[in-house]
Amino acid sequence: MPQQLIQFKESASQTAGPYVHIGCTPNFAEISGVYEEDLGTRMLIGDAKGERLTIKGRILDGTGTPLKDALVEIWQADSKGLYNSPSEMRGSSDPHFTGFGRCATDMASGEFSFETVKPGRVPFPDGRLMAPHVTFWIVARGINIGLHTRMYFSDEAGANGEDPVLARIEHRHRVDTLIGKREGDVVTFDIHLQGDNETVFFDI
Amino acid sequence: MSNRKPETGAFFQRDRAWQPDAYTPWYKTSVLRSPEKALLSLGNTLSEMTGPVFGHDLLGELDDDLIHNFAKPGESAIGPRIIVHGRILDERGKGVAGALLEFWQANAGGRYRHKKEGYVAALDPNFGGCGRTITDEDGYYSFRTIRPGPYPWPNGVNDWRPAHIHFSVFGHGFAQRLITQMYFEGDPLIPLCPIIKTISDPAAIDQLIAPLDMANTIPMDASAYKFDIVLRGRRSTMFENRMEGN
Repeated sequence: MPQQLIQFKESASQTAGPYVHIGCTPNFAEISGVYEEDLGTRMLIGDAKGERLTIKGRILDGTGTPLKDALVEIWQADSKGLYNSPSEMRGSSDPHFTGFGRCATDMASGEFSFETVKPGRVPFPDGRLMAPHVTFWIVARGINIGLHTRMYFSDEAGANGEDPVLARIEHRHRVDTLIGKREGDVVTFDIHLQGDNETVFFDI
Repeated sequence: MSNRKPETGAFFQRDRAWQPDAYTPWYKTSVLRSPEKALLSLGNTLSEMTGPVFGHDLLGELDDDLIHNFAKPGESAIGPRIIVHGRILDERGKGVAGALLEFWQANAGGRYRHKKEGYVAALDPNFGGCGRTITDEDGYYSFRTIRPGPYPWPNGVNDWRPAHIHFSVFGHGFAQRLITQMYFEGDPLIPLCPIIKTISDPAAIDQLIAPLDMANTIPMDASAYKFDIVLRGRRSTMFENRMEGN
């Protein structure tokens, strides 16, 4: 008998439920006086470098109805393509930019919104550069395990054309579901959970 | 945190058969909120291997004390006082230091403090229901709270959630991001719950049930439950692909 491979199993995910705001954005849930500010409210701390952008959008269910109880988190590199993370080994990221944002979708309109900077390009493991992108993680009532996706930028057609991740999408019309539409300083990104326009989600 | 070198390897792939499926029609809301197309498998890139890490300076003094963090001075929340503690580990059994945990729950009567919630059980004026903490060097955490009550919800005509505490966990990489729920040993509602039944493997369900921990119970004060959470492990970086020229 060889030695046994001993490995624990990852804890199973469960839905965040409809009251995720109580724990993750208590001030948004009108539970004030416990935390000074909800985590991930501000991505720009002072004078962050780079092009300022607003990213906004909605999460739509299989009937096209916006989710009014979702929690959206984003994670992205700074304007030079560096992550504000201890496992970033390539250099120091902009200290005025957190890279992490969290937003509850509006209880009336279902819209989320982030004030951020446009990320720089980050290398794929083989050294090729990926196109500028923002990682999204979505949880809500009815979602049993958080959904990962990416948003790319419509004003980066050249870089998107050589992106090694987008290149892996077999059904080419689905690439469009990952492209945020940029108009001026606003990038709009709607996420479709299900159906004909279903957004590409990743098993990362 | 420490002068331990940060780990930078790719995360072990997620066992999607162990994790709940997206489409679980007995949990009705999942029907229209589950993708129909296959997930696109993506080996980790820097975008998934990195993640935000939060310092202890984030925490307020009462963030890990739900009995008092919403209570008026000199008062406390009503309900059975409990301590919940445990370790955040990865799949290799290593403690995850500096992990941010956020938790939320209903009060002792099963009522959440949320404006979309209309259950007839009363709010407790001294209970908010949110807390957070960060694990120590070895991955340990603890907080104190009151034991939440079970809670009816409009799924089937008579569905009740078992007593539970929601947990949100940040490890060291965004790929480790996890939200789950803790249940209490011996609760007869556990096998009836459609949300728990989204997990098909009974061993995966057992892993979410916290045992009563008499050794850590404080006599005449609070009983204790032990709840460990396992996050994805990661490979050593020794032979990872390196970028050309680096």
